[in-house]
Amino acid sequence: MRARLAALARSAWRASRLPLLATALAMAVAAVIVVASTFFAGSGFQPLLPIFAYLNLLAGAFGSGTAIVNTLVAAAPLMLGGLAVGLGFKAGLFNIGVAGQFLSGAFAAAVVGAALADASPALAVPAALAAGALAGAALAFIPGILKARTGAHEVVTTIMLNNAAALLLAWAVGDLVRAPGFSFARTGEIGNAALPVLLGRNLHLGIPIAIAAIFLIRWLLERTTLGFEIRSVGANPHAARYAGMRPVYLVTLTMTLSGLLAGIAGAIQLLGVIGFYASGISASVGFDSIAVALLGRSDPIGILFSALLFGAFRAGAPLMQINTDVPIEVIDIIQALIILFLAADLIVKRVFRLRDRGPAIKGLDTVTRSWGDQTAH
Amino acid sequence: MDGLLAIPRLLADLGAYLLLVMPDLLPIILALATPLALGALCGLINERSGVVNIGIEGIMLTAAFTAYLTGFALHEALGSGPALALGIVVAILTGALAGLLHAWLCVTVRADQVIAGTIINVAAFGVTGYLNRLVITPSGRGGAGVIPSASLPESVTTLPLVGPIIAMFFEQGPIAMSVLFLVIALQVLLFRSRWGLRTRAVGEHPRAADTVGIDVLGLRYRNVIAGCALAGLAGAYLTLESTGSFQNGMTGGRGFIALAAMIFGRYTPVGAFGGALLFGAITALGIVVSVRPPTGELGSLMTGIPSFWYAALPYLVTVVILAGVVGRSRPPAADGIPYVKEGRA
Repeated sequence: MRARLAALARSAWRASRLPLLATALAMAVAAVIVVASTFFAGSGFQPLLPIFAYLNLLAGAFGSGTAIVNTLVAAAPLMLGGLAVGLGFKAGLFNIGVAGQFLSGAFAAAVVGAALADASPALAVPAALAAGALAGAALAFIPGILKARTGAHEVVTTIMLNNAAALLLAWAVGDLVRAPGFSFARTGEIGNAALPVLLGRNLHLGIPIAIAAIFLIRWLLERTTLGFEIRSVGANPHAARYAGMRPVYLVTLTMTLSGLLAGIAGAIQLLGVIGFYASGISASVGFDSIAVALLGRSDPIGILFSALLFGAFRAGAPLMQINTDVPIEVIDIIQALIILFLAADLIVKRVFRLRDRGPAIKGLDTVTRSWGDQTAH
Repeated sequence: MDGLLAIPRLLADLGAYLLLVMPDLLPIILALATPLALGALCGLINERSGVVNIGIEGIMLTAAFTAYLTGFALHEALGSGPALALGIVVAILTGALAGLLHAWLCVTVRADQVIAGTIINVAAFGVTGYLNRLVITPSGRGGAGVIPSASLPESVTTLPLVGPIIAMFFEQGPIAMSVLFLVIALQVLLFRSRWGLRTRAVGEHPRAADTVGIDVLGLRYRNVIAGCALAGLAGAYLTLESTGSFQNGMTGGRGFIALAAMIFGRYTPVGAFGGALLFGAITALGIVVSVRPPTGELGSLMTGIPSFWYAALPYLVTVVILAGVVGRSRPPAADGIPYVKEGRA
């Protein structure tokens, strides 16, 4: 028993040490940036500022029961968004459209939730969640089918749909579904469609939903034929077709499933935290999800932990900014540095004298190759 | 039936309206197309030499910020003219520096090129937002203003037919005016010079290029850096020539539309410029309709379309164009594939 536990711990460490060390290195470099930027700010040179900043970050993320709940609440949409990006990676697709799919999911959930505000929660909650999931899936279906049929690369089409969706939803909330009685354009109260709170002030149902999704996608990828086909298409589309699989169908389906997950992320954020849709609600989940998926190496369990890490960053950052004047955007810098150290993993390997053979980011060859091979399948 | 008959009449009205507003429309089109064209040239030089660059958006944003920051910091000491000129130089250097990072990741580290671009995009958003909140927002001061546009004598711009076109290209600021020259120069260089031949060779078949003694890695480095310097110029255009201010995330997807313009133009400078003008024209339409709405039936139809729809149009057209054109636009054969010298893998 003990030997097995030790073996398990060793393999867990081997799988996670590159991401962990990349994170540590990113935070160290960000600390240097924070110190350097004190020269430009009015406050003067403060060599200890990063320590105070990170302590406040830690306190904001884990310092109390409320803080821990906030971390979990922030992590839940990141788990779903990270799964959305990670699932795409498995099939050789880079869904940068999570931000747009997140917004459409949130919008659809808000509209259906407001319409069913007085219905029984047993009807209103599932209906609003399903609406969000479908809206996200529908928006991702477009780049999916275009990639599969025409070769139009999803990196450009999903970004374009992010911008278009944000604008069209701003129009819709202003002209189509604007709730009366508010000073700005927003949707109505969601009433009974709000996700039930399970614990404390705001630990809502979305958190178990997100964790369930982690294990569901893990099962899908590792235990089903469809999962095997998705991974095969990602590893080598030509070989997959030769083996009798249908890349057109698989690419479209994976992209749609990815959007479905992103849509649920938007729905739980809206039904569990924000409560109404207005133009300008944060879609930072979209870009955070890319970092979550890369840090989790596209593996559902890895995504679970990296979503918790980024959830902690997002939950703790406001306290850090209030107490130390270090801007929240330092989290974005840390995020970029983490991806940098994963992509250029030789830096991490050299700094920590590791002998890891494999690359820190796996299975993305197809994403870049398909850029240079934008032809119909 | 009546509705069907109205369509040709409305199209004729639309044509007449576009002809009427053309003198107003043309300069706006070039102004909107300038950052897209510069971004597309950046993408083109990169991809022609075999490096995919989706970080153009982030490079533009970072350069837009450093250009603005230079003007912001120096215009009181130097006066706004020299501060603006220095801002342009700093933006170009910022682009080149980002290009160095991209080249290092793609050529030396042989990291995934799409991820390398993503790093630049995420970092640009974070670094500019961070410094904006730390330095510019608390000061409450403004920047160095905008670079003035050239103005031509009225006798030239009112010439029939050619007048508006001359005004389109030459009643502009220096960066917008330089685009036309850059496009023509690159078109000639890419297809008629030794550099162009080598660049295309390195993008199509690096092994063959290496065999005849071309320094594949060095050329890729130089081209990525030079291309990204142009994306830096696009950033300077946004803050110093177009708006005179900086907002977080102000590039708004232009770096990606630029890639679409590049693909639309089949990886040639002139074609990419055409693509950029097309996207500029689509965006300009919404502006002109709101400023000088058409009259009659067409007017009620076009002003009836919400402004958000006009704003979303260029993004939607990008998707449609990519889907329609991409199969016929062939990228360089070695695009996105790192080069490894034989025996060193």
